[in-house]
Amino acid sequence: MALEKTRLRLGIVPLCDCAPIVVARERGFFAEQGLDVEIAREPSWANIRDKVLVGALDGAQMLAPMPFATTLGLGNVHQPIVTAFGLNIGGNAITVSNALFDRMMEADPDAMAERPLTARALKAVIERDRAAGAQPMTFAMVYPFSSHHYELRGWMAAAGIDPDRDVRLVVVPPPQMVANLSAGNIEGYCVGEPWNAMASSLGLGRVLITSQELWGGRVEKVLGVAEGWADAHPETHKALIRALLLASRWTDQPENRAEVARIVAQPPYVNAPQDVVRATLEQPGALIFSAHAANFPWRSQALWFLVQMRRWGQLPATVDMRRAVDRVFRSDLYRLAALELDIAVPLIDAKTEGDHRTPWTLAEATRPIAMGPDAFFDGGRFDPAEAETLANHYARSPLSAALRA
Amino acid sequence: MTLRVILVDDEPERAKLVKEALEAGGFEVVAAFGTGAGVSRRVRDLAPDVIIVDIDSPDRDTLEDMRRVTFEQRRPVVMFAQDGGADIIRAAVAAGVSAYVVDGLKPERVKPVVDVAIARFAQFQEMRVELDKAKTTLAERKLVEKAKGILMKRRNCGEDEAYRSMRRMAMDQKLRLVDIANKVIEAAELLG
Repeated sequence: MALEKTRLRLGIVPLCDCAPIVVARERGFFAEQGLDVEIAREPSWANIRDKVLVGALDGAQMLAPMPFATTLGLGNVHQPIVTAFGLNIGGNAITVSNALFDRMMEADPDAMAERPLTARALKAVIERDRAAGAQPMTFAMVYPFSSHHYELRGWMAAAGIDPDRDVRLVVVPPPQMVANLSAGNIEGYCVGEPWNAMASSLGLGRVLITSQELWGGRVEKVLGVAEGWADAHPETHKALIRALLLASRWTDQPENRAEVARIVAQPPYVNAPQDVVRATLEQPGALIFSAHAANFPWRSQALWFLVQMRRWGQLPATVDMRRAVDRVFRSDLYRLAALELDIAVPLIDAKTEGDHRTPWTLAEATRPIAMGPDAFFDGGRFDPAEAETLANHYARSPLSAALRA
Repeated sequence: MTLRVILVDDEPERAKLVKEALEAGGFEVVAAFGTGAGVSRRVRDLAPDVIIVDIDSPDRDTLEDMRRVTFEQRRPVVMFAQDGGADIIRAAVAAGVSAYVVDGLKPERVKPVVDVAIARFAQFQEMRVELDKAKTTLAERKLVEKAKGILMKRRNCGEDEAYRSMRRMAMDQKLRLVDIANKVIEAAELLG
């Protein structure tokens, strides 16, 4: 079938997980599918959203919760965006300044020795500050509708820290995190790589916990397109996904990671020192681009995002979460594209999240798929069948623990 | 009461252009500053009705988060999000500008401010394109002259003949004259 459009513009943000898009262009995977793709580096998620919605971009790297915010009109805009492709698993971390790290070590050395690291030592520091009458500390994340926001809040809440009262949360664009930490404007942040590795390599901050430890196996960025665009360009959309599937597989190979680092570290893309980007990309399991069904848009994970939005007051109780999930996470379109390449696809749209501490095999697939650990840092689990119950439970008391396995 | 406007732009010349146009239109520009100058604090302190932002400013994401913080009384919302307004957003994106308005302000009150901003941003963009074009033409002309000189010396021919042979090569190879000039210069450098 003929492509409806062959010249495309895709948006990226300077983060390691733009790699599949950049690699697809630089290594000819787009060209192989008959696509001529121009990449636009955008300075904000707001730009990514607006440009995709007005057609200035055909598609873009997006924070996985973003299409829900626009489709449901939760933030600034009320227009549908969909995704049929996950760009990666992992790649975020929580980093704090050296000064705060030292204070945490002093306040609760036992808690600091635990792995995954809890926020109990941070809570001790916050309590000392409060007793001394000091102002709450400021932490940054990248966007109100981001996994970073929910990771940071969830991690704090598990230790009894109220992220709305005990700290101040602000938004800082990823490439400016390190400078803000160094200037003392913020005490810590949750951001995607290479901006954690950058702080630690410069000796300006300490990484406390990564998304691999917070909840491994969770989709991080997605390829977002306007719903109207997807409807009008079904063949082009499929070709885009095929190119990204092959590019992701290439990007995932350990022997290609050094070359991936060389490509994405360049100024038009991430614009960061190549050795820092390379160290991040070569850290085992930190960033997964293809293995473990990384590109499949799991509706159970989308549902988890919506539950977090309920938990933190971003989503009204009247919204039908399942309808939103089915509309936005187009696992059906993913399957069409992947099957054309004879890539094994899951036959289910949702699974129970958080059950596996070790590698496992997904049997409900066209061929069994090797999966990675998917445990939550606090031992919780997420059963999509209980999403509404959990959302209501959280909406009443956001700081309460998740349901236990 | 006149609308209070904040301008966030790293391009001082453009900011000046927009500020003058807004003031001429009877609006009050309460501050104009660049990216990273603490936009949320200044928006809180100055309580503007409209914030005009260079679309390439990373401060947009910070501004969007002000909506989340519930204790903020005057929450900025991206322009005309309430009633869609796809055309005006398209025009704004094309001109390289975005605008935030205080939640609840009537769109028709804000539209003149946004229109002025879009017009000035578009005008500035055009000026820059013209300037770039003028610069490239000059640079290209210099290259063609240089290549012509090389050919004249190598082939011991006149200026007209040198120019004509480059034109012919350009037509045969479906290239621009400046590309041929570059080839001639490269070849000459290679041959020494």
